[in-house]
Amino acid sequence: MFDLVWLIPLCPLIGSVINGLFGKKIKNETVIGGIAAGSVLCSFFVACGILMQLLSLPGEERHFEKTIFTWIQSGQFKADIGFLIDPLSCVMLMVVTGVGFLIHLYSIGYMHGEEGFYRYFCYLNLFTFSMLCLVSGNNLLLMFVGWEGVGLCSYLLIGYYFHKKSAGDAGKKAFVMNRVGDFGFLLGLFTMFWYLGGQHNVWTINFRELASHAELMPVGGVTTIICLCFFLGATGKSAQIPLYTWLPDAMEGPTPVSALIHAATMVTAGVYMIGRMNFMFIKSPTALLVVACVGAATALFAATIGTAQNDIKRVLAYSTVSQLGYMFLAMGVGAFGAGIFHLMTHAFFKACLFLGSGSVIHAMHHALHHEHSDADPQDMRNMGGLKAKMPITFATFLIATLAIAGVPGLAGFFSKDEILWQAFSNPHHGEMNIILWGFGACAAFLTAFYMFRLVFMTFFGETRLSEKAFHHLHESPWVITLPLVVLACLSIVGGYVGIPKVIGETLGGIPNMWEHYLEPVFAYSTEYMKHAGAHGEAHSVAMEWGLMGVSVIIAFAGIGLAAALYIVKPTIPAAFTNAFPALHRAVYNKWYMDEIYDFAFVNPCKALGNFLWKGFDVVVVDGCVNGVAAVVKGFSGMLRYVQTGLVHNYAFSMTLGVVVIVAAYLFS
Amino acid sequence: MLALENYLVLSAILFSIGTIGVLTRRNAIVIFMCVEMMLNAVNLTLVAFSRYLGNIDGQVFVFFIMTVAAAEAAVGLALMIAFYKNRESIDVEDINVMKL
Repeated sequence: MFDLVWLIPLCPLIGSVINGLFGKKIKNETVIGGIAAGSVLCSFFVACGILMQLLSLPGEERHFEKTIFTWIQSGQFKADIGFLIDPLSCVMLMVVTGVGFLIHLYSIGYMHGEEGFYRYFCYLNLFTFSMLCLVSGNNLLLMFVGWEGVGLCSYLLIGYYFHKKSAGDAGKKAFVMNRVGDFGFLLGLFTMFWYLGGQHNVWTINFRELASHAELMPVGGVTTIICLCFFLGATGKSAQIPLYTWLPDAMEGPTPVSALIHAATMVTAGVYMIGRMNFMFIKSPTALLVVACVGAATALFAATIGTAQNDIKRVLAYSTVSQLGYMFLAMGVGAFGAGIFHLMTHAFFKACLFLGSGSVIHAMHHALHHEHSDADPQDMRNMGGLKAKMPITFATFLIATLAIAGVPGLAGFFSKDEILWQAFSNPHHGEMNIILWGFGACAAFLTAFYMFRLVFMTFFGETRLSEKAFHHLHESPWVITLPLVVLACLSIVGGYVGIPKVIGETLGGIPNMWEHYLEPVFAYSTEYMKHAGAHGEAHSVAMEWGLMGVSVIIAFAGIGLAAALYIVKPTIPAAFTNAFPALHRAVYNKWYMDEIYDFAFVNPCKALGNFLWKGFDVVVVDGCVNGVAAVVKGFSGMLRYVQTGLVHNYAFSMTLGVVVIVAAYLFS
Repeated sequence: MLALENYLVLSAILFSIGTIGVLTRRNAIVIFMCVEMMLNAVNLTLVAFSRYLGNIDGQVFVFFIMTVAAAEAAVGLALMIAFYKNRESIDVEDINVMKL
């Protein structure tokens, strides 16, 4: 089964090529959607087979590399097109193909009747291909190819409705900000290659070889530089401070795209990359601290913005940024397993939330369309009371919301609690731990609050739609609800693979299967920390229980506050807004971050561009080219008088020529 | 029996008349006839030398030249008719449409 790993990325690529080349001719939406979803389903089955085989092996043998061919060979440098199977890449393959398939299925219903239906599926398959390359590539360069590929597909899909200016702008913004991050990724790659090659004569970019040479990297110093460069790449792709502003704008794309690319898969690439390079990050306490602080700050910062947005998708977008911050917090405190765990559970519940919001928007759009109203179908202020009309969407949405809020028993609780506990108890950051934990806890409170605000505004209370429009609301077809149901189930059960140790022991020694499963991937880091003799302060079991209790209380407090403000006394939010207009305006306008960025970076860059255009390009470059042309024109202007157009002149010069030649011949 | 020089002088005179005609006349047909005269002057030289040297090669050349001259006459006259149809003139001074 391992030998078939190349099929996993290949299937979506074939689907993409077929739809891209012949989709316009095929026309039939069922066929196009079937090809796209079917190709991802094939990959999913292969991934399942590989996971089964991997699980049948003992822990230390759980890795396999399949080299298809040598891509680049130059001197000591060698890059393969090859795939790496280990517990980490297997998780990612399952998430990408599994969630990816559900979203492809959903898209068939959601995109029904859209212009460019085939184009959408061509891009979506191409994205899946790139993402699978990213997570299964066995070297940094192949990972980078996938990394760029997903960025391109993200750009194409955000700008899918390209006739809308805002969509085109959002696409460009995402692309440019990602490029800034990619630059960091490349610098990190080059620095590492240069250092290992130049200092230790180890010329490699293969992950396993790098991990086996990890002891060559010094603690701190150049390792910190490399890690920070890689982390810059991760902030771009995974929308962390300072490069996060593109993600909320990316909501201009179709909703399933937001679910797949901007919630479940692509934006987690940065987390995956740090997990993959854990042996590098563990050696740089500074880089770890930066990762943890940026993660914690992003988690809290984005959560504050989420509390004041009215666009249903924007709330979810800021929620995604915030949850990604959690993952980076986990990475930064050395809890790589917990970060990847949250990545997986987040993929389930956030995909479910986005698809649910898509279902709501779909229904709202039709209802408003019937009424010829031009009200915004995404604005929560136009919704309310939808639970009666859309029971399946409501139920699945509620489950996913409970999961993200961290209600015990659901997936989000286990992963989020694990991260908060690790932030509190990790041996890396000493005094900073309590601050990191505090940020995380505050963000957890805000998450519970804004998510339930969203649910209450959308599904509960009196409807704010007109009676006629409300009458036209209806539940979505099965292709839309089926993925919702599956993802909601996963949001419930997904967490039970990683039951925290303290609960497991109480329940009679259930081991944390997740930690155990991922152990081989992070073996070097674990060993390294053991050798360094670093361990956090001993914390009692009671402490862990206590913190768990605190986070549960926090979650319920957030839910309670939302209920109080939006169900019991809906007048309070308005009163609050009136009491603190400046604060509300600042939060509503995303703390003016876009304006600050425009002022600090975008406008200076534009000014520089304008200067280079008008000052350099027009004057110097065009001047050189036009100058050459002018000189040639001048000479030809003089020479053209030779060509009089008079036959006599030509005949005369011929005769003269003959006379000269004959004379020269005779007299020489 | 005339000496070789007589032929050559006659040929030179004919050639010069032809050349001067080409350079000075404006009527295309006259120029054309002058060119024919120059060709025939050369023919005369070739035949004279052929006879003088007792070698038939020169006369073979003459046949070739006459053939080419016939073809040239056909093409040249056709051009002139085409030009006359366009411009109602066969004056070479008028053949200047490609001038800037």
